[in-house]
Formats: sequence, structure tokens, C-alpha cells
Amino acid sequence: MPTWQLRLLRGRPGGSPRLEIYRVELPAEAYLIDAVEKIWAEQDRSLLFRHACHHASCGACGVRVNGRERLMCITPLREFSPDRPIQVEPLRHFPWLGDLLVDVSPMMRRMAEVGFAIVRQDELTADRPLPEGIERITRFEDCIECGLCLSACPVMAADEAYLGPATLAAIERMLKEPRGGDTARLLTLADDPHGAWRCHSAMECTAVCPSNVDPASAIGRLRRRLIAERFRRWIGGGR
Amino acid sequence: MSYHVIVIGAGSTGAAVAHDLALRGFRVTVVERGEVASGTSGRNHCLLHSGGRYAMRDPESARECIEENMILRRIMPEALELNDGLFVALDEQDLAWKERFLAACEECGIPAREIPVRQALALEPHLNPNILAAVQVPDGVFEPFRFCLSFLATARRNGATVLTYTEVVDFVFQGRTVAGVRVRDRRTGEERVIGGDIVVNAAGPWSGRIAAMAGVDVPVVPTAGVMISVGRRWNRMVINRLNMPGDGDIIVPQRRTAIIGTTSWRVEDPDFIPIPEDHVRLLLDRAERFIPGYTRGGIRGIFAVARPLVGRRGVAADGRELSRTFECFDHAADGVEGFVTITGGKMTTARAMAEKAVDVVCAKLGLEIPCRTREVPLLSYRAFFD
Ligand SMILES: Cc1cc2nc3c(=O)[nH]c(=O)nc-3n(C[C@H](O)[C@H](O)[C@H](O)COP(=O)(O)OP(=O)(O)OC[C@H]3O[C@@H](n4cnc5c(N)ncnc54)[C@H](O)[C@@H]3O)c2cc1C
Ligand code: SF4
Ligand code: FES
Repeated sequence: MPTWQLRLLRGRPGGSPRLEIYRVELPAEAYLIDAVEKIWAEQDRSLLFRHACHHASCGACGVRVNGRERLMCITPLREFSPDRPIQVEPLRHFPWLGDLLVDVSPMMRRMAEVGFAIVRQDELTADRPLPEGIERITRFEDCIECGLCLSACPVMAADEAYLGPATLAAIERMLKEPRGGDTARLLTLADDPHGAWRCHSAMECTAVCPSNVDPASAIGRLRRRLIAERFRRWIGGGR
Repeated sequence: MSYHVIVIGAGSTGAAVAHDLALRGFRVTVVERGEVASGTSGRNHCLLHSGGRYAMRDPESARECIEENMILRRIMPEALELNDGLFVALDEQDLAWKERFLAACEECGIPAREIPVRQALALEPHLNPNILAAVQVPDGVFEPFRFCLSFLATARRNGATVLTYTEVVDFVFQGRTVAGVRVRDRRTGEERVIGGDIVVNAAGPWSGRIAAMAGVDVPVVPTAGVMISVGRRWNRMVINRLNMPGDGDIIVPQRRTAIIGTTSWRVEDPDFIPIPEDHVRLLLDRAERFIPGYTRGGIRGIFAVARPLVGRRGVAADGRELSRTFECFDHAADGVEGFVTITGGKMTTARAMAEKAVDVVCAKLGLEIPCRTREVPLLSYRAFFD
């Protein structure tokens, strides 16, 4: 069984973070989350990290792996070579709580403000007849609120008030399928210097999103919608 | 009244217990050594059981499941996908169970209805076209992390304190009565004592270890299972095999994925569970029988976690024979006052487990406060982050 080297960012707020090497034996079929959990279980019980589902659904295990935002639970070890350390650091642009742990509540509060509903109409299997007794075909939204896009976004680094890719993509989803949401309010939220207009299309969000959300395209669609709304107001006599 | 109850563990059981306690007016502190749902609850198969799986062998569990399934639809719509489930017969052996299965479902109050194979294949075109029968039941799918967060968010709104990354390392006694717990904060390394009138052990497969800290024995058998998630959602409904419960006989769809599970073997240490390679092969093989080409969208994740099965004498070594219902132990029977363990069960029955545990807590304190968790809708999981 190969021995993997992990270089984990360790430390606590107030102290200076350092990178530390750990060695862990696991088959190549295992995932990065298994390696980190095994280090916690067998080597250092003070290691802080988040995880729950281990199948890219809860959104808890986001980190930066060799500088790139990833979910640990779907990052297979076979992608790496045992000879070179795999560097794991916490997400950026969130309050840091220590080691690999960040506080995701600012993102969650923004998602709450948008009223992003997590159960959506299912389009993946919508071509099929409905099972008896089921009125709607639903599934969970693609966005798992993992925050990878926020960490990767260069605008987030410059503007703390920026709504961020996940939130803007959520607004775009709510406009498409309001589920009781107030669309006028959502448009006002997005039509703001810290909203859809702040994005400068670096596309990093879409590159790192593990869940098919494609926030960059969603922001593009949102902007076109905002322009159309302005145009309509203008035609309609400036109301 | 301001009794203080400490709940150990923030999996589905601890989260539901905290909510029930807070709703009945207790002061509540939850201590969880990791993230919410970082134990068994976060990593399970995500099936909101209709009870169909247990109808033939374990009718008590089956009845619990259907009752709780219906309650959760009311109180927790935000963390559920409700697209029903199918039990399908893959061969003559499966088919032979059909009448008994339908009768058992009826007996347990599970609305089950046979549908023509043609119709089943129209609903689920990726299903093996050679299936011999299909029965529709009200299965569902949950999102485990948000399931737990919804209970905890509501508990918090009602005054509960939730301490994550805080590990119980010992118990504090006054004579033979538990007076609190000693905890270590994983962030600071500091230890302190939290005093309480009652301690509820909801530590899942770790509840045996917790009980041992208090000097009592809890017959919990950590029984692990493997699951494999793939890159494509093949099925809309939950697909179960129409037979006695066995390995690799359920494919749960969720979001854009499908998850095959599970297997079953005893583990000593649930902290880290190495995944047996032969279990992975077995699951992929079984999945192929339900949905030919199951891995064509790639494998997304392979994971394992341990059930907290309550041990009884004379059970099979693989744990499958153990009842999936739950047990609440008042350790006064073991000579330790102020300490209760609630374990076994399933995520689906977390609310009922909590009701039972809090009834025991009330009885111990001589209180009569009715449970209201059947009716009170839960807050959004996001309220946990307020
Ligand atoms: C493979 C598998 C598949 C399953 N699939 C399903 C399914 O599809 N549907 C379903 O309804 N049920 C399912 N179950 C059952 C279900 O997952 C469990 O019954 C349920 O999650 C148990 O929850 P719990 O809160 O009791 O335990 P846990 O979720 O394990 O919670 C216990 C908590 O205690 C914490 N803890 C441990 N020690 C300490 C300490 N010293 N100090 C502080 N905290 C501590 C742990 O970190 C953990 O978070 C499945 C189980 C398995 C194993
Ligand atoms: S948009 Fe994608 S990357 Fe961003 S939070 Fe949602 S799932 Fe994660
Ligand atoms: S652990 Fe849930 S997304 Fe990785």
C-alpha cells in the first residue's frame, strides 16, 4: 500500500500558520478526505477540518489542494504521486478558525438573504411520466454551498461586500424558478455595485465549482436580465 | 423549571434530542467533537425509509419508519427529495417474495402498490429491462447534514447551545450520580467541566465508549457499511431489491448522483474505517444488475461508516440480523443516576428516538411535559448560521 505525504496548513488564529508534513498509508483508491481523517484518527486529534457526506453533497469539505479549490471527498489520491507532498490549505475569503477550518456563516447568511430554496424542479428526469402520488418531480439544487467559488474568486479578495458567485448564481436560479421568492427584491439585490456588476468574468468560479453550477454563466445571464429590466423601465416611462 | 441537560453527539439523534428538549423547556448544551454530522449521520445512504425494507423481517422498525417518514415530510420539507421508491424483482427468487412483501407492507401500514413492469420502465428507463415485478412505496431522500442542521437550528432558536469541535473526555460524578462532563476544546486544547442535571449519550457507534467513561456497559455493535456514489443520476426514484435485506440492494438517487449501498460488517474502531476492496467490487456488481452501465458516468466517491446497532444475544456475525429499531437505556438500572443513552435506530427515526429519550429524561426528573416535535415545523438549516 502506498504511503502518501500530506503537507497540511496548521495553526490557530492569533498564531502564525505553518505547513506540516504527515505520512499516511492508504490504497490509491482512497480519497483525500480519508487521508485527512486518518491523520486525525491516528496521529493528531487536534486537527481541525470539516466533513460530513463524503460524496460531494453536503459542501463541508472544501479546501485548497496544491493551490486549487477542491472538495476533499471527491479528490482521489491516485491523482497524486506518493513522492511529492499534497499541500492542503483552508479556503480563502472566509474567517479562519484554525488548520483547515473556516467559518462559512457569512456565505450561509447571504444565501438566506436571497432565500435560495434547495429543493428545485427536476429537469434531469423530467422526460419521464410522474410516479403515482407525486405531484412534482423535485431534486436538490446543484449548488451545495461549498464556498469553493468564493475562495477562488479574485473579486472576493478585493471587495468584502461583493455578493459572490454562489449568491449571484442563486439569485439567477430563484429568478428562473421563484418558488415564492420576491423577484423584484432579488433584482434589486443583484443590481448593485457589489452585485452582478462587480464580477469581471475571471471565470475562476466555474473552473472550481464541483457541482455543475457554472456561476460565471449564471452571472452573465443575470446581467442580461438586469439590462432588459432597465430597458423595460425606460420604455415604460422611467418607473 | 430550568434543568440543564447535556447531549453528547450532534448526529441525527443528538440533534433531534436537543430540539425536543429545548421545545419542552429544558436548558440544553450539545457537545460534538467534530463538525455537525461528522459521524455516522453525515455519511449514510440518505434514504428516507418508507419501511418497505424492513416490512418482512422487522415489522416494528417498518412501522416506525412509515410513521416518521410522514412526520418528516411535514416538519422538514427543506431537506427532502420526495420522488418515491420502487422495489423491483430481478429474478424468480425475488419474485417469490412479492405476495409476502405486499402483505407485510399492508400489515405495517406502508402504502405499497404493484405497478406493471412496462410502467416501471417508463418511469425509470435505465432500470434493467428484465425486471419481473415492481412495487411502488413512499420512500424519499434526505440530505443528512442539512437534516441535522435543521433540528439544531430550531433547538438553538429555542435557547440551546451547540458546541462543535468539543470532545467529551470524562464524566464528573457526585457520588453515583453524573453531575456533568469534562470536555476538551479541539481549537484551544483547553479542558473544562460542564455541569448538568442529566447527560444524554447520543454518540452513535461511539456510545459504548462514552458509556464506558461513566462506568456502564451499552451493548452497541459498530457495524460498518460501504456506499458508492457515481457521476450520473440514473434513477429518479429510490430503487430497492424486492427480497430480504441484503448487501448492495438499494440505489438512492440524490441531486445529480446515484448511490449504491450497502454492506455490513463489524468494526472495532469506528474512528477510521478502511474500505474492503471486495465490498467495492460486490457493490458495483450488484449495481450493474439494477442499472446496467451504472459506472459509465464515473465513480464520484466511495465511503464507509458504522451503524450503532443495539446488540442482542444470538445474532449473526455480520450484524444483519440485529433489529434496526432503537433502545433507550436509563443507567439508573446500572447503578448510575443522571445518565441516559439513546442509540440504535436510523436517521429516519431520529425524531421518535428523541421523543423516547426525552420522555425518559422527564420521567427521571418527575416532570410531565408533552412532546410537540410531531407538529412543530423546523427552521431552515441556514438559521443554524445566524
Ligand atoms: C452504511 C450505513 C447506511 C445507512 N443508511 C441509512 C439510510 O439510508 N437511512 C437511514 O434512515 N439511516 C441510515 N443509516 C443509519 C443512520 O445513519 C444512523 O442510525 C444514524 O445516523 C445514527 O445517528 P446518531 O446520531 O445516533 O450517530 P452519529 O451520527 O454517529 O452521531 C454521534 C456523534 O457523536 C460524536 N461523538 C463521538 N464521540 C464523542 C465524544 N467523545 N465527545 C463528543 N462527541 C462525540 C460523533 O462525532 C458523532 O457526530 C445508515 C447507517 C449506515 C452505517
Ligand atoms: S456555486 Fe459551485 S462552487 Fe460555489 S458554492 Fe455552489 S457548488 Fe460550491
Ligand atoms: S464531505 Fe460533504 S462535500 Fe465533501
